[in-house]
Amino acid sequence: MVLSVTSVNKSFGDVAIIKGVSLTLSPGEVLALTGESGSGKSTLLHMIAGLEPIDTGEISIDGNSLSDLSESENAALRREKIGIVFQQFNLIPSLTVAQNLTFQARLAGKKVDIAPLAASLGLADQLSKYPEQLSGGQQQRVAIGRAVAASPKLILADEPTGNLDEQTGDQVFDLLLSSARNEGAALLIVTHSDRLAARADRRKHLSRGQFQ
Amino acid sequence: MNVKVFLTIVMIVALPLDAKPQGFAGMGADADGYALPDPTTRFTFPEDHGPHPSFRIEWWYVTAVLTGDNGELYGAQWTLFRNGIRPSGEASDQIWLGHAAVSTPQGHFHDERIARGGIGQANVTAAPFHAFIDEWEMTGPDPNNVMITAQGSDFAYELTLDASQPFVLQGANGYSQKSASGMASYYFSQPFYRASGTITLPTGPVKVTGQAWMDREWSSQPLSATQTGWDWFSLHLDGGEKFMGFRLRDTAQDDYVVGTWISADGLPDALEPGELTLEPTDLARIAGRDIPIGWKVELEERGLNVNVTAVYPESWMPTIVPYWEGPVTVEGTHSGVGYLEMTGYE
Amino acid sequence: MTRTVLLTLLSHWKRRPFQLLTLILGLALATALWSGVQAINTEARKSYDDAANVLGREPFLVSKTGALISNEAFAQLRRNGWLVSPVVDGWLPASDGRVRVLGIDPLTITPSNPAGAAVAEFEISDFLGREGLVLAAPATALRLGNLGMRVRSVEGVAAGMAIMDIEAAQALTNTDGISRLTVLSDQPLVQSALVEVAPDLILEEPDAAADLARLTDSFHLNLTAFGLLSFVVGLFIVNGAVGLAFEQRRSVFRTLRAIGVTTGNLVALLVAELVMFALIAGGLGIGMGYLVAASLLPDVAATLRGLYGATVEGTLTLTPSWWLSGLAIAILGTALAAATSLYQVARLTPLATAQPRAWAMASSRTMRLQLLIAGLALFVATSAGVLGSNLLSGFTLLGGLLIAAALTLPTALVILLKLGQSISSSGPLAQWFWADTRQQIPGLSLALMALLLALSANIGVSTMVGSFRLTFTGWLDQRLASEVYIGAEDEADVEALIAFVTPRVDAVLPIWHTDKDLLGAPGEIYGVVDHETYRENWPLIDAVPNVWDLIRQNEGVLINEQLARRESLKPGDQLPMPGGWNATITGIYSDYGNPLGQAILPLDTLTSRYLDVDRTDFGLRLNPAELPNLRQALTEEFGLPPENIVDQASLKSFSLQIFERTFAVSAALNVLTLSVAAVAILTSLLTLAAMRLPQLAPVWALGISRQTLGMIELARAVVLALLTFILAIPVGLLLAWVLLTVINVEAFGWQLPMTVFPLDWLWLLGLSLVAAGLAGLWPAGRLATRPPADLIKVFAHER
Repeated sequence: MVLSVTSVNKSFGDVAIIKGVSLTLSPGEVLALTGESGSGKSTLLHMIAGLEPIDTGEISIDGNSLSDLSESENAALRREKIGIVFQQFNLIPSLTVAQNLTFQARLAGKKVDIAPLAASLGLADQLSKYPEQLSGGQQQRVAIGRAVAASPKLILADEPTGNLDEQTGDQVFDLLLSSARNEGAALLIVTHSDRLAARADRRKHLSRGQFQ
Repeated sequence: MNVKVFLTIVMIVALPLDAKPQGFAGMGADADGYALPDPTTRFTFPEDHGPHPSFRIEWWYVTAVLTGDNGELYGAQWTLFRNGIRPSGEASDQIWLGHAAVSTPQGHFHDERIARGGIGQANVTAAPFHAFIDEWEMTGPDPNNVMITAQGSDFAYELTLDASQPFVLQGANGYSQKSASGMASYYFSQPFYRASGTITLPTGPVKVTGQAWMDREWSSQPLSATQTGWDWFSLHLDGGEKFMGFRLRDTAQDDYVVGTWISADGLPDALEPGELTLEPTDLARIAGRDIPIGWKVELEERGLNVNVTAVYPESWMPTIVPYWEGPVTVEGTHSGVGYLEMTGYE
Repeated sequence: MTRTVLLTLLSHWKRRPFQLLTLILGLALATALWSGVQAINTEARKSYDDAANVLGREPFLVSKTGALISNEAFAQLRRNGWLVSPVVDGWLPASDGRVRVLGIDPLTITPSNPAGAAVAEFEISDFLGREGLVLAAPATALRLGNLGMRVRSVEGVAAGMAIMDIEAAQALTNTDGISRLTVLSDQPLVQSALVEVAPDLILEEPDAAADLARLTDSFHLNLTAFGLLSFVVGLFIVNGAVGLAFEQRRSVFRTLRAIGVTTGNLVALLVAELVMFALIAGGLGIGMGYLVAASLLPDVAATLRGLYGATVEGTLTLTPSWWLSGLAIAILGTALAAATSLYQVARLTPLATAQPRAWAMASSRTMRLQLLIAGLALFVATSAGVLGSNLLSGFTLLGGLLIAAALTLPTALVILLKLGQSISSSGPLAQWFWADTRQQIPGLSLALMALLLALSANIGVSTMVGSFRLTFTGWLDQRLASEVYIGAEDEADVEALIAFVTPRVDAVLPIWHTDKDLLGAPGEIYGVVDHETYRENWPLIDAVPNVWDLIRQNEGVLINEQLARRESLKPGDQLPMPGGWNATITGIYSDYGNPLGQAILPLDTLTSRYLDVDRTDFGLRLNPAELPNLRQALTEEFGLPPENIVDQASLKSFSLQIFERTFAVSAALNVLTLSVAAVAILTSLLTLAAMRLPQLAPVWALGISRQTLGMIELARAVVLALLTFILAIPVGLLLAWVLLTVINVEAFGWQLPMTVFPLDWLWLLGLSLVAAGLAGLWPAGRLATRPPADLIKVFAHER
């Protein structure tokens, strides 16, 4: 198992957001997580990424239980085994596209051959630009490229096409799927689009903090 | 009399520190340490033309009523005050004060000088007679033959004064009482000067001739504490007689009004209180005060009933202690000219 | 509606009290230093004016030979129609230095002279005479305890001055004459010609007031420059705070515009808000300024007394104009600091994007503009330096250089950061560190400029003071060559004193002098004898070859550097001497710390030309081991008071003490400016911290812990401070060079060699790193402990 989530609960104050959710993900598997706005799907993804602590239950990634890790171990796990793509603000504004693409991989101590990566992302002639000079779709491509460049076991994507028009969104989604498959990484996509979700291996629907 | 100006003291010593009423210009002050006039003393000349530093205050006071070769009437004042600041009699314990003025029917010019004693800036010697402060001088072999000079930034004069009569003793043989309660001074005068010389004004020099009067007076405590000022007249009447009269205004009792009738041959008749009447007839607003510039002077004994009128109503002396001093004309039973001095008007 | 809108705008500050505090603090600090310096200057100028009024603004008569005027001559002039009033001018020993004696004659003094008014408060009989009253300002009266019951304290008498009767002044200063006779403005119609009455006297125009003002001008300009610098540095803080507050309220502005508030209304209300803050902060600043002024005034007074003999003492008087100018400067400062922000609000359209400005975008264009203005400032500065030749052009040069340096700073930092990147590890975190630091520069540039100004001013001033101190110490060693200096009680003792010491020492060197005007300005003339001491030690800068032989032959005159520079004189030129004769200049010597022109004549020439020479001082050469015996003999056998014997070491330490006090104020202002710069950095970092979350959150999400991020943020602040410091060194040295070769020459008339003190820099480096570190610690700590939820919001929320 790349990811196993067991009976996880999470509340913000008195409001229970996640109620006893369990889920597993095998290597190379693509899971789409759908749900209404406020259903808790983003919170679940953040907890899996180790960005948000859980209240009870267990999340383990590649055999490491997140609750047992310190913040810095958690951060190390994130940079070595997880690739993250958010809806927006994924990139580090002070770094060029090339630097952004290789940033996480280099943090994890991995070498990256940037030319083929950039070519596969369609960013070959954008490498020396800064994020603010790119379109939204291009920015998301960079984020995807960065996530896969570090050869993670697990890629987490939170509404990766939420800010894009339909056509661009589809292209980005295709890229995300193909990149994950090429790397053999498991992919967990949070989306509210049934159309996109349908293209995953599996889909789960979250409603009021519980799977249906 | 010239109770005149005793400004001296005031100007310098006086007022602010002591709220107790001390009469005009501090002259109602105690005599502490200074000599007091004695009615039995007789003058000796020429010594008594010189200063008497054992007394607090003293003056040499000349007023002249003159006619220019242009027919214009002029008045001139030359005054030197001595004021002791300590009763030591030392020259360095004296402050000297000079006042000079020229009045015409159109204007009034004046200046004031102050000097400490003992450094050669001001002094009086009896024989040969020499009184001076700065460049102002009254100098002659004797007081009956003197030259007086004075100047300011806008006037100057130089007058020769001659008299053949002896000095006239005022009051009782020179002992001049100033209040019912006995305040007094030594006082004698030379009212018979013939004067000639030159007065220089912004309009140019004018030759003048006329009559002049000198008062000599010294004392230590001439006024009582409730006397606030005086009105003093010296008149040259056309018949050759001279008249001196003064009114000491009193806040606590009747004003003290006395004087001297001097016959044309120089014999004085001291007037007792009650004999002489001095009444203001006309007031003018001068320097923020109501000042009488017209007077009725009545002396029944001598058949004198005259109106005395200021030649230039604004003959104001804005000196450290301000007062009014200027020439007057006399009309009525007698006619003539003279000088009027009024102090203590607030 | 206005009220509602205003309340809406103000609600921002309730939510961000720290931002409000920053704004108020920055403005208050700026106002405080400025108005504090103004208060000091005003106080000092008032003292000079007081003194000048009492000393008289009328022409006066003095003796041609400089001798005292006899009392008889005074009476003689008065008797000849000259309305003159005598003045006895002298000095009286008092606790904490000397007091100027002003003997007057209240009976003849100009009616408008304030001394006469002071006397009028007392009985004239108590004032006149040898034993008369002594009138002094309350603070000065306290110093005259040795005069006992005669002293009366009078408000309004010039500081450091004792007014008394001429006779009392003559008695107390042991003189028998009059220093000068002031000529009253109204003179009578007829007066004798001066040559007939007093052929020894000449009429001179008054210039004492101007002298003092001119002498101290440089000092006050110096203070003003420091005040202005602090003010500018304070404005950087205000600019940061206002900019952030406006930035954060953009959405509010947009909404207000959308619901129908006109641009004019909005701008007017924002101006009203700023004016309100300016008034509050201005009031606070004026209060703080008073404290600054009150705490610096004693040092300023000591400096002025030590360096110029100008007396300033007493308490600060706070005039309404001072208050108003303090508030005005606060409002002006706010206007300057808020101008850009207001302009942007005025151009805001209701549909403007809600995106925060891109940080990187603005930078390159802004930097180009900054470089352009820097070039302009540099041009103005060098033009002023080349063309101008007065103090003002010197300060223009200085100001232009500082502005150019400050504006060049962002570009220079970017270059240095690129350099740093190229030599540091190429790891991704290092790469991000350098790139992100570079991108921070536009946001931090104002605070960093403030730091640069403070640091370079610090380096510049301390280099100047250090160079001065070094030169001064060396010069003192040369100049104070005699082992001991003695002063006779009065002239009558001089013969006996010479006879007494001559067999006991190797040499007796008279140090006689007289105070005279040299070429129209106050000066001093000394007399010396030819002696090895001078040949070996005298600090000559330029001289004819046989200068000391000429002195032996009673020829020539030596002048000090300041006189030579002021009048462009060189050896071989003729110097017109007071008394109407010429002397050939044979040498020029350095004479640091003396604001006056000075000339040295052969002793015999001095005494034959001038009658009023002070002959009481001597330097003695002897074996230092003999000093205790000599001292004992002089005090016990000859009866010389111990305070009249000063050994070389004491004199040196006293001189150095005066020197140190002179620059104490500069040092204090230096530290204050640096503190203001530290506050500027802190506030900039804190305000930036909020805006930096979107830049930091991705890094955190990619696997860098908050603690590591906090450390990096701290390191960033320290690195920026370090780089700014490195840039401040050349700027500071340039500043020092200008101070030493331009400002000093213009202000004091002497040029000093420059010496650098790298050890002082280390201290300053440490100080600025600590300041930046402390300033960075808070925001870094806040970041390290920031709830993850805050960081996640960056990705999750519509912004």
